[in-house]
Amino acid sequence: MAITFKLNGKSQSVDVSPEMPLLWVLRDTLNMTGTKFGCGMALCGACTVHINGEATRSCVTPVSSVAGKSVTTIEGLSPDASHPLQQAWIEEDVPQCGYCQSGQIMSAAALLAKKPKPTDADIDDAMQGNICRCGTYQRIRKAIHRAADSHAGAAKEKAATR
Amino acid sequence: MSDHSSLLNRRSFLATTTGAGAALVIGFYLPARAFADEAAEQEAQPPNPFNAWVRITKDNRVTLILAKSEMGQGVMTALPMILAEELCVDWKSVTVEQAPTNPDIYEHGTGGSSSVPESWLPLRRAGAAARQMLLVAAAKRWNVNEDTCKAENGAVIHGARKKLFTYGELVEEAAALPLPDFKKVPLKNSNDFTIVGHDTRRFEARGKVNGTAGFGLDARTPGMLFAVVARCPVFGGKPASYDAAKAQAVPGVRSVLAIEAIGEGAFTAGGVAVVAENSWAAIEGRKALQIKWEEGPAAEESSESLRRQCLENAAKPGKTVRNEGDAEAALAAAGEHAVKADYQVPFAAHACMEPMNCTVHIGPASAEAWVPSQAPQWAREAIAKIAGLKPETVNVHTTLMGGGFGRRYQADFAAEAAQISKATGGKPIQLLWTREDDLQHCFYRPFSVHRMAGALDGKGNLAAWKHFQTSTSIAAAWEKDGAEKPEQSEFGMAAFLPYLTPNYRVEYSLARSAVPRAWWRSVENSGGGFVVESFVDELAAAAKADPLEFRLRLLGDDRSVKDAMSPTGDPVSTARLKGVLKLAAEKAGWGGGKPAAKGMGLGIACYFSFNSYAAMVVEAGLKNGEIHVARIVAAVDVGRAINPQGVRAQVESAAIYGLTAALKDSITIRAGRVEQSNFHDYQMLRLPEAPPVEVHIVASTEKPTGIGEPAVPVLAPALCNALFAATGKRARTLPLRAADFA
Repeated sequence: MAITFKLNGKSQSVDVSPEMPLLWVLRDTLNMTGTKFGCGMALCGACTVHINGEATRSCVTPVSSVAGKSVTTIEGLSPDASHPLQQAWIEEDVPQCGYCQSGQIMSAAALLAKKPKPTDADIDDAMQGNICRCGTYQRIRKAIHRAADSHAGAAKEKAATR
Repeated sequence: MSDHSSLLNRRSFLATTTGAGAALVIGFYLPARAFADEAAEQEAQPPNPFNAWVRITKDNRVTLILAKSEMGQGVMTALPMILAEELCVDWKSVTVEQAPTNPDIYEHGTGGSSSVPESWLPLRRAGAAARQMLLVAAAKRWNVNEDTCKAENGAVIHGARKKLFTYGELVEEAAALPLPDFKKVPLKNSNDFTIVGHDTRRFEARGKVNGTAGFGLDARTPGMLFAVVARCPVFGGKPASYDAAKAQAVPGVRSVLAIEAIGEGAFTAGGVAVVAENSWAAIEGRKALQIKWEEGPAAEESSESLRRQCLENAAKPGKTVRNEGDAEAALAAAGEHAVKADYQVPFAAHACMEPMNCTVHIGPASAEAWVPSQAPQWAREAIAKIAGLKPETVNVHTTLMGGGFGRRYQADFAAEAAQISKATGGKPIQLLWTREDDLQHCFYRPFSVHRMAGALDGKGNLAAWKHFQTSTSIAAAWEKDGAEKPEQSEFGMAAFLPYLTPNYRVEYSLARSAVPRAWWRSVENSGGGFVVESFVDELAAAAKADPLEFRLRLLGDDRSVKDAMSPTGDPVSTARLKGVLKLAAEKAGWGGGKPAAKGMGLGIACYFSFNSYAAMVVEAGLKNGEIHVARIVAAVDVGRAINPQGVRAQVESAAIYGLTAALKDSITIRAGRVEQSNFHDYQMLRLPEAPPVEVHIVASTEKPTGIGEPAVPVLAPALCNALFAATGKRARTLPLRAADFA
């Protein structure tokens, strides 16, 4: 039976086993490979997507559970790598192998949506589920702060020109 | 290069991969061959740079070719920077493209922190040759002497900038010109460098932040099926029988088939493959498989039995590796004042974030493969052999890699994918390893036990140093016929100690094990660095000396110390080793500049590996009953740093990689199998635990050396030395536990 959900703003129907994890539906059924497989047990965060805005591990999320909901993947975060986090990631030269970074950015984006000016403790809390084997953690922390600053700066600018 | 389809073992593999050009350097085997053999390397005339290294189109787009594999270490930035520098093009306008897998032209092997040192001169010459050919083409057009022309920013200019041809306008004629003599082609003066030596952001960063970067698992080809393999959990075991009925019944499963173990070369476990319409169906199908394993003799092995074997080995004299003076006599003379300690280093898995995988499509007369590999030429050989094809008909696409750390030098995953594609009658197959597969069928860092003994003379100098090691040697795993000496792969600088002592003895005994092992980031140096630099600290404490002063004194005058086991390798320069020690110490505030916080201590360590020099100062202690690392300050000497930004990133990475191995989990064996299975019991350091890492680079114009690995070996000893400074307790077994210091 087809399962329908919103994927990066557009309606998407898939006809797969309802218990199939969202990760594999994205990767193997829909060929959207930006979301990564790392552990299959929600231990590493490489598969992080947003479901109704919440950072969620897609490797343990049955696709049936997202029926009617809104799913955002790294491909849908911005059309052109222009999200403040993506820009900050490039500015701080965060990625090394890069494999975990889709998940890192998705976790960070969910954090910033809730806390536009996160503290270090907020970052610890939001990012502890995402493993980076290359050890880019201090750059991730810096990039989140940078994105928050640029975001705040942009918002201020916007408010001022209103 | 045509008859190497029979490539079976590491020896012939090395022979073929090193035959054509710059050497492949993996850890111990051919250290620094690139430097030693430069003359031989340059004998073969390099290919036309416009075919091999540079592509310029008429609309002036410049594409630089990368023939090494990008696994996060930054070669996709550093190597094209060298080409762009000599070619005189604007870095911001270039594109980088992965080379086709062709060992007749390229030296693909990416390991041993060798890419930059090996490529430095060949890429400079290739870039300069291309530039020279463009100059000649322009001079011909203007009918002037080429000496009056100058390359600048993707164009050739003549006179007082009155005349200009862009490279795009010249490239057709230039590419058809006779090749200049690569040995004589004029290289740029390094004072004029505008790219090399300047901080440059990662070339492929954009794709890595928007999800479009193509890793191995992202390969997609029409009609592709997905596979996983059930392998015997016991090393060397195989399926006795299996029932596929329940697996076949899982929706999406297409077929279940047995694949043979490959005992040499690619080294695979064999097993039962489940092929399905998607990865999840394959994983579910594998769960439903019923397999009776024939476990074999390795089922008797455990970490405990291995440790006992090592201690038995340590009770007997080992094979002499080094012997100068009479260490035994000096130690006997020191009597109870001799310092003695046993160290233990566990098996470790690489745990690349992207688990092993490979996509292979075998056709009747050719094959296509997408391989996340540090050695695509080896993967090509392995696939060709299984497919019954000539290697040159196998088109191997080297993908980006979600980590490598030495694990992806292997060809096992490529061979398995080829076996499955072949067994399915040539279907395109993407083989996925799950995290469990990855941790339980790795090629691990060897397990080792080290029995150390040292003595001081009346002045606090080193009267004797004895290092006995027993380990599950890498060389022994690859050279079952004993052609390589097992100790050859196990020591690094630990067997050519730069610390002055008149009585120096190194012994080795092989520990037998069925556990596969190979090159884990920094290879023998991760254990060697830990043991040597911890034990030096013990001796400093016995001498009641400052650990930095003690090291500087024992390193003595500026001199070169040769690697006796590998005489062609670069010697260690005590001047450069002292240089990184002093720089790290100064920046960390060693010796009163910036005292450690209450309850914390400072530890220092230095090491030479892969011809690079690294030192670290770590501030650590116990906090709320847990080991707490407050900060890490590193100094490295890599000769001329091509991309300082990339060097810093690699040292930051090595620090966290080393810290994870020092503080988190080890791989342990029980009943012949690995006990750990996923990130809950083989844990990784996470963001909240990651200390700040500060990196300083020694300014140098020495030839460039690699930095993917050399900072790993200093982390564990600097940490242990810091914890000793903080608590007065010393731990000698990795990984560390807070209880060791309580």
